[in-house]
Amino acid sequence: MSIDKDTARRVAHLARIRVASDDLEALAGELSHILGFMEQLNEVDIDGVDPMTSVTPMALPRRADVVTDGGYPDKILANAPDAREGFFAVPKVVE
Amino acid sequence: MLDITYTEPKAKTIAGARDDWELVIGMEVHAQVSSNAKLFSGASTLFGAEPNSNVSFVDAAMPGMLPVINEYCVEQAVRTGLGLQAEINLFSAFDRKNYFYPDLPQGYQISQLYHPIVGEGEVLVDMGQGTARLVRVERIHLEQDAGKSVHDMDPNMSFVDLNRTGVALMEIVSRPDIRSPEEAAAYVVKLRQILRYLGTCEGNMQNGNLRADVNVSVCRPGAYERYRESGDFGHLGTRCELKNMNSMRFIQQAIDYEARRQIAILEDGGSIDQETRLYDADKGETRSMRSKEEAHDYRYFPCPDLLPLTLEQDWVDRIKAGLPELPDAKKARFIADFGVTEYDASVLTADIANAAYFEDVAKGRDGKQAANWVINELFGRLNKDEKNIQDSPVSAAQLGKILDLISSGDISGKIAKDLFEIVYTEGGDPAEIVEARGMKQVTDLGAIEAAVDQIIIDNPEQVEKAKQNPKLAGWFVGQVMKATGGKANPKAVNQIVRQKLTF
Repeated sequence: MSIDKDTARRVAHLARIRVASDDLEALAGELSHILGFMEQLNEVDIDGVDPMTSVTPMALPRRADVVTDGGYPDKILANAPDAREGFFAVPKVVE
Repeated sequence: MLDITYTEPKAKTIAGARDDWELVIGMEVHAQVSSNAKLFSGASTLFGAEPNSNVSFVDAAMPGMLPVINEYCVEQAVRTGLGLQAEINLFSAFDRKNYFYPDLPQGYQISQLYHPIVGEGEVLVDMGQGTARLVRVERIHLEQDAGKSVHDMDPNMSFVDLNRTGVALMEIVSRPDIRSPEEAAAYVVKLRQILRYLGTCEGNMQNGNLRADVNVSVCRPGAYERYRESGDFGHLGTRCELKNMNSMRFIQQAIDYEARRQIAILEDGGSIDQETRLYDADKGETRSMRSKEEAHDYRYFPCPDLLPLTLEQDWVDRIKAGLPELPDAKKARFIADFGVTEYDASVLTADIANAAYFEDVAKGRDGKQAANWVINELFGRLNKDEKNIQDSPVSAAQLGKILDLISSGDISGKIAKDLFEIVYTEGGDPAEIVEARGMKQVTDLGAIEAAVDQIIIDNPEQVEKAKQNPKLAGWFVGQVMKATGGKANPKAVNQIVRQKLTF
């Protein structure tokens, strides 16, 4: 499977990453290359093998239902390009 | 198992210009999990806090922050599954659903597409006496809620509050088993009732605690039955999804509008585009959300930050053993143990707090009488003041005492209503109030006789008339009741009046 220029443009747009038109061709090539590697992996017969999710046997760590975090809106907003009255302010999003 | 016999309601039929059409509806209900902290962070879930104050660096998706699952949220999802008689999946896993939106700082929502925590279950939706629809639940999965965008504070900007970001949601997905707008609303009502009984979701629709996406399609009569027999969705029409409905009334209006829109297109020879639509309550119509179409390419993949979630059967069994009595069982028990009607039992069990109150009043007393007082007097009075049972000025113990005073013959039913009003507005011990204010029913026959004699002496003309027309005895009874301030035992008064007038 290979990625063409249009697919590369679409994926970039979905991720809201700006890619100049001139760069799309090269980007599509790189993405295709990655998929090519995956196809190579696909040749391995993995019937009856469970997906490995961890190198060492581990259970999902869990937390108790206790409030231990939050309460620092200033820090949350510190890097925001624009913040007003405690909110992030972004260009108007209209539904 | 609970034995409830019922008949299924007929599907709603809408007459188009040429043909009859039936509705097919499936729902995705997003129920906010009742918990202190968020699904993957230690920030508070409290509603109504200052903007961005209940936000941790995990919720704001700061680089390097990792999610750690809140085990109570997992327990709540399992409890919900058990409450809907669903299978619990001891193995489940989290996936990333990728889309871009300003109130989603991660750029993806952590959800469970491939391995949900809860499998198939069911909800029995009451549709009036002896009628109910069994709606199959396909799955329930855990996922993160998004933040909130405010669009009306500035003409050029949208304002984003991340307090809700990362709060745990249960998405409860039904099969397309709902067949009318009324059933759709009743399904949400029943689901909300069960969740509130379980304590897994507060179900406050105004706060967005419970929101529904509604899938609507139409088909010709008979097509739905063929789908149920074969499981082949090809028998059904193309569906449209109505997003984010948060009121029972709007759900019904939106479905009705949407069905008629689809029928008009089909009868015109057109075809339905599968799409997401939004209901505009002001205009009473649905419109396409084209912006959402592209975003539907969610590029799901397993979340690399989270290991699969594995549960122990013992742990699930312990949760099951601790389940409260659920609405259908409670309703059946109220009918059997307290002798109340099916309708009254429905009213009394609609909310768990109401049911507990009634049970306290009815225990060891006449169940029917208790039901009458709780529904007609108490609920009526609370409704008038727009109060909840939690804020009732009359406790179950106080109302119980009022009923005891009636059954012991100390007060009449009529005086009991006055007493109820006093307890409601002023509080206090009902027995002491009766004593202190001389509200006791006069059962002393001598006193009643004297009162009757006096009325007869004072009204000779009425006595003459009454001899011609025995129905006028009622007038005398009324006068005696008035003279005794309503405290005379009505039965005794009636008897004595009839004796004295010698009918």
